[in-house]
Amino acid sequence: MLELLEGSKAVARAVALTRPDVVCAYPISPQTHIVEALSVMVRDGHLKDCDYINVESEFAAMSVSIGASAAGGRVYTATASQGLLYMAEAIYNASGLKLPIVMTVANRALGAPINIWNDQSDSLSQRDSGWLQLFAVDNQEAIDLHVIAYKIAEQISLPVMVCMDGFVLTHASDVVELPTQEQVDAFLPPLAPLEKLSLKNPRSMGMMAGPDVFTETKYLAHQAMIQAHTVIARAAADFAAAVGRESWRPVRVWGPDLEDRPARQGEIAVIGMGSVMGTTQAAAARLWEQGVKTRLITLGSYRPFPARTVREAIGTADRVVVLDRALMLGVGGVLSADVRRSMARLGIPMHSVVAGLGGRSITERSLAKTLRQAKVGELGELEFMDLKQDLVTMSDAAVPVRAPARGAARPGAAAAPAGAPGAEGPDDAAASAPGAPAAAADDAMPTKPAQTGGPALTASAGSLGTATADEKATSADGAAPAAGDRAAPTASDRREG
Amino acid sequence: MFQVVIHGRGGQGVVTASELLARSGFAAGRQVQAIPSFGSERMGAPVVAYTRFADSKILTREPILAPDAVIVQDPTLLRTMNVFDGLVPGGRAVVNTRESPNEIRAACPDAPAESGRLATVPADDIVREYLGRPIPSAALLGAFAALTGQITLEALAQSIQKVFKGKVAQGNINSANVAYQWVLDHLGQEDQGAPGGIEHVDVERPATSELPIPIAGVPEVTNA
Repeated sequence: MLELLEGSKAVARAVALTRPDVVCAYPISPQTHIVEALSVMVRDGHLKDCDYINVESEFAAMSVSIGASAAGGRVYTATASQGLLYMAEAIYNASGLKLPIVMTVANRALGAPINIWNDQSDSLSQRDSGWLQLFAVDNQEAIDLHVIAYKIAEQISLPVMVCMDGFVLTHASDVVELPTQEQVDAFLPPLAPLEKLSLKNPRSMGMMAGPDVFTETKYLAHQAMIQAHTVIARAAADFAAAVGRESWRPVRVWGPDLEDRPARQGEIAVIGMGSVMGTTQAAAARLWEQGVKTRLITLGSYRPFPARTVREAIGTADRVVVLDRALMLGVGGVLSADVRRSMARLGIPMHSVVAGLGGRSITERSLAKTLRQAKVGELGELEFMDLKQDLVTMSDAAVPVRAPARGAARPGAAAAPAGAPGAEGPDDAAASAPGAPAAAADDAMPTKPAQTGGPALTASAGSLGTATADEKATSADGAAPAAGDRAAPTASDRREG
Repeated sequence: MFQVVIHGRGGQGVVTASELLARSGFAAGRQVQAIPSFGSERMGAPVVAYTRFADSKILTREPILAPDAVIVQDPTLLRTMNVFDGLVPGGRAVVNTRESPNEIRAACPDAPAESGRLATVPADDIVREYLGRPIPSAALLGAFAALTGQITLEALAQSIQKVFKGKVAQGNINSANVAYQWVLDHLGQEDQGAPGGIEHVDVERPATSELPIPIAGVPEVTNA
């Protein structure tokens, strides 16, 4: 039955359908509505045989979740942003102890500066925690994913973060369909853990692992994460069959031509996670008519990272554009790094577009502009969508340490127009002696490892933003084709330092 | 796709209005999406919410930049921001005010210029009579129904009954009906305002204790 529901309330009802034994959470925007709704369901008896445990912090919420899960319970919690960081120590323990906890992360920015709005910095900061991270594009996927997540978690005995964009999804009311209790019961059998803490059969969990076995433990955890791909794909397919409709998938490839195939020559592969892919899809049809042909690769699974599927979906695309909702300072987009690793041998240029940080709206107009730029080779390797150039310029001028970097450290650069490659290179380049290898710049976004470090690369200090937009045009000696790739230096040149 | 932006202030039920609007479209079998503005809204601070209607699945998640219609819940916003920003050519607007459409146009150059596309309604006066408190959402949605035909009064009444109970629901439904009729009676009379408000009516109003918490539904900042 279709219903109009706020995302948070819909998720709370989906969680209730999984019959959790314990819900333990600490409120933080934008996750609060979910656990509030669950607490009401426990209190009024809609959610039976469930303990809702109030705690004093996120650290306690995860610690209680660990205990309850170790005792064999199906456990749910939710958090966001600084709350997730406050949990971080316990988060690693949950995965190390192989506890099948499911946690919603209502994705929100990390402070300082304090910001309650949406980006994906919070969950991506825990990308190496050993938790699975599965992303929902819309509220229907968020509903489905919570049920699927328990199936996966309990089959492979690993915890799962279900990530949904805070506010954009959690607070939006959409037309959705909840699975029925019968469908969920048939899909998700009661939890039967292989091992659990018990008063009748006392044992311990979480022993110390010394140098003799620690590597092997991590190796096995690594293998388990790789093997999770199969389980995830099967759980997604089984759920879709159980409810008899389209549902969440670990990777979804879509094009406005509605053909189910990888990207091919003449097309741009656009990769992203979460609600931005809905907006991108809305923009893609019009772009197609204008000759900007895109194939959207929506990642439902971030951890484990489906590198092979992504590589196959990229196919023979002219370019790859990654929409990044989280930034590694001084390096670039977080998701881009994963994508780059998966497509290292394809020889296709990749552009990282950092967008929507701290709740900045990602509009169809800006997406269209970005993709048109990519089409004509005018998109930098690292771009900040809708960057307010006037604000950054002001702060640049206010930082005295940058003043010598503009001209003095680089002979001849003083005469360069503001914003020209080199004149506004990254700080690491500015810090190098003139003519010295600007390798650090390329370490940040390594596109041509074989070519880095040579003296000829002095020109590529600016390549972070401009020169490698089309790698195929890069000459063998590494001289960056900045001028050929973009007629005139533009504002975006300045962005990448 | 038909896109509506609702401007108001924290406490006026802007988010509830956006949901009621979506619910009314949904009741008629349309695809809908309601998005509140996100963040730390406070009583009295400007608040915006968005509602989309469509006949196929709504994919986009961007805020509405080019609305087909604008609803202004608080006339004091007219002089502090351009509430009509981005309104599509031929777009329509409902404003909660005693002023006439032409008085609004004099103050706001981007207000719909064409006759019959800008409706001014003394919604605060109407809800004071029927609800006893200036929460003008339902009245303005009644006016919106008359102005645009995007939702029916029946669907609106159904939605109100889903969100509110008893006398509060009835007060809101009555307000919506009166505002609906007001627009039918006055639309196109571009110099006609309601300087004296509306006539007093003798109806049973809900007790203050029955009224919903003013900013229910607005996300609060917890542990931010």
